[in-house]
Amino acid sequence: MSWRGEDFYARMGVRVLHAMEAERVDPEARRVILSTGETLGYDALCLCTGSHPFSPRFEGMETVEQRFFFTTLADALALEAAVTPETRVLIVGAGFIGLKCAEGLRDRAGSVTVCDLAAHAMNANLDGDASAILERHLEKNGLRLMLGNTVTRFEGDKAHMQNGETVDFDVLVIAIGVRPETTLCAGAGGKVNRGIPVNERMETALPGIWAAGDCTESLDVSCGEAGVLAVLPNASFQGRTAGKNMAGGEAVFDTGMKMNSIGFFGLHIMSAGTYTDLIYSEVTETDCKKLFARDGVLTGYMIVGDVSRAGIYTALIRNKTPLEELDLEALEHEPSLLPFGKVSRAKMLGGVV
Amino acid sequence: MKRVYVNEDWCLGCHLCEYNCAFANSGEKDMALALKGKPLNPRIRVEGDGSITYAVSCRHCKDPLCLRSCISGALHRENGAVCIDHSKCVGCLTCVLVCPYGAVLPGPDGAAMKCELCLQNACGEPACAAGCPNRAIVYEEREEAEA
Ligand SMILES: Cc1cc2nc3c(=O)[nH]c(=O)nc-3n(C[C@H](O)[C@H](O)[C@H](O)COP(=O)(O)OP(=O)(O)OC[C@H]3O[C@@H](n4cnc5c(N)ncnc54)[C@H](O)[C@@H]3O)c2cc1C
Repeated sequence: MSWRGEDFYARMGVRVLHAMEAERVDPEARRVILSTGETLGYDALCLCTGSHPFSPRFEGMETVEQRFFFTTLADALALEAAVTPETRVLIVGAGFIGLKCAEGLRDRAGSVTVCDLAAHAMNANLDGDASAILERHLEKNGLRLMLGNTVTRFEGDKAHMQNGETVDFDVLVIAIGVRPETTLCAGAGGKVNRGIPVNERMETALPGIWAAGDCTESLDVSCGEAGVLAVLPNASFQGRTAGKNMAGGEAVFDTGMKMNSIGFFGLHIMSAGTYTDLIYSEVTETDCKKLFARDGVLTGYMIVGDVSRAGIYTALIRNKTPLEELDLEALEHEPSLLPFGKVSRAKMLGGVV
Repeated sequence: MKRVYVNEDWCLGCHLCEYNCAFANSGEKDMALALKGKPLNPRIRVEGDGSITYAVSCRHCKDPLCLRSCISGALHRENGAVCIDHSKCVGCLTCVLVCPYGAVLPGPDGAAMKCELCLQNACGEPACAAGCPNRAIVYEEREEAEA
C-alpha cells in the first residue's frame, strides 16, 4: 500500500533509508546520528516524525494478552489476524481512530464494544446534538457504546468499568489518541510544547532545522493561536512549505486549521475550525449543522449527514471572508456560490485560481 | 490547458449539462437507458435561485487543494486534469471538505466524484460544454488563466 507511485522517489532523486531510525540530532555539528551508528551531515534538516499513540496506564494492563493500537498498517494487519467471527472486541476511545477501528471490525468480529470517558462519541469534534445522531447510527449498525464510562482495571480478559459493570473481551484496542513525536527535537535542545513549535515558514527555533506535519504545533487560522493540527491536509502543505524554504525558496503556510472529514457506515461527518459563537443551528433526527462565527468571520462548523459543498464553509474560514459581504441567509442552509455575488462568481467560474 | 468556463449571463437554467454529464459518465450508449428512472449523478451542478443560474464543475485549479489534501493518493493529475483513481479512494471526502467551489461531490458508490473533463469517457471532451444550447458553458484555453 503506497501513497506515491513506486518510482516516485527515484524520479525525484530522493534517497530513502527504509527501516532506519534517526536516533539523535547534533545541531552544532549539523549531523544526524542513525541507529546503526552511522552519521549523516546536513545543511537543512526537516523533522517529520509524525505522532505516536498515547496510552495512559490502566491498572492490570499487562495482564491483557491480546492488546493493540490502531495507528500503523502493521497494527491493523496484526489486529485483523487476531480477530475471528467469535472474537469479542473492546475498544477504549470513541474518537476518530477508535470508531474507525470499530467500523472495520464490525463484520470481522463477534461483537464490538467501544467505551469512552467522555459522555459523547467524538467528543473532541462534536457537541451533544451532533454526536447523538452519530451514536444512534453506530448502535443501529451493531456497535455497543459505553459512554461516560471507562475502564478502571483490567484482569486478564475482563475489564472492570467505572460504573461497576464488567466487560468480557478477547481483544483490546487502545485508541485514546496520538501525541506528537518530538523526541529528536527535544534531544537536540529544541523547544517542545505539545508539539514542536514552528513559524509560518515551518522553521523551528534551532538554526537549520525545520519541522512539518503531525509532530508540529503551528498557527491555527481559525483562532490565531498555535495548535497541533494533525491531519493530512495540514501535514502535506507544511511539508511542501518546509521543502521550498529549505531549498532556498520562499513559502509560507498560514491557513492551517483543525479539520476532519470521516464517515461511519455511510454517515458522513465534517468539522473544521474553532467553535466560537453559534450563528446557525439545524438539528433533525438524521442531520445536524452548526456554524460558528466571531468578529464578522466564520470560525468553525460541524456537519453530520449532508456534507455536500462543505468546502465552501472551510474556504470562508481559511480566507477570513467578511460575512457582511455575503448573503448569509442563503449560505447558512446550503453552501453554494450564490451568496458570493456575480463579480466573485465570474472570477471563480470564468478564471482560474 | 483547456478548461470548462461558465458565463452565468447566458445560462438558461435548463440543466441539460447535468443530463449530458451523467450520460457521458454512465458508460451506456443510449441516453434513455442510462438515465431513465435512475438517480442522476452529474459532476456538474446548476445552482442559483429564481433569477440567477449557473453551472459549477471542477476548476482544475493550478494548485488544487483537493489533490494536496487527498489522504490516500487517489486524486492525481492526468495531462493537467485533476482525476480520481477509484481503486485508491477510501471515501473519506477530505476533498469535499477542502474544495472552495463545492465542485467535488460525494459519489453514489461512496467514493468522491468530480469532473474529469470527459477525458476518461467515450465523449472525449466535456459533454456539458458540447451540449450547452446557449454557449453558457465553453471548453477553451484562456490566456489569463495560464498567466
Ligand atoms: C488510524 C488513523 C486514521 C487517520 N485518518 C485520517 C483521516 O481520515 N484524515 C486525515 O486527514 N488524517 C488522518 N490521520 C492522520 C494522518 O495520518 C496524519 O496527519 C499524517 O499521516 C501526518 O503525516 P506526517 O508525515 O506528519 O506523519 P506520519 O505519516 O506519521 O509519518 C511519520 C514517519 O516518521 C517516522 N519516524 C518517526 N520517528 C522517526 C525516527 N526517529 N527516525 C526515522 N523515522 C521516524 C515514522 O515511522 C513515520 O513513518 C489518521 C491517522 C491515524 C493513525
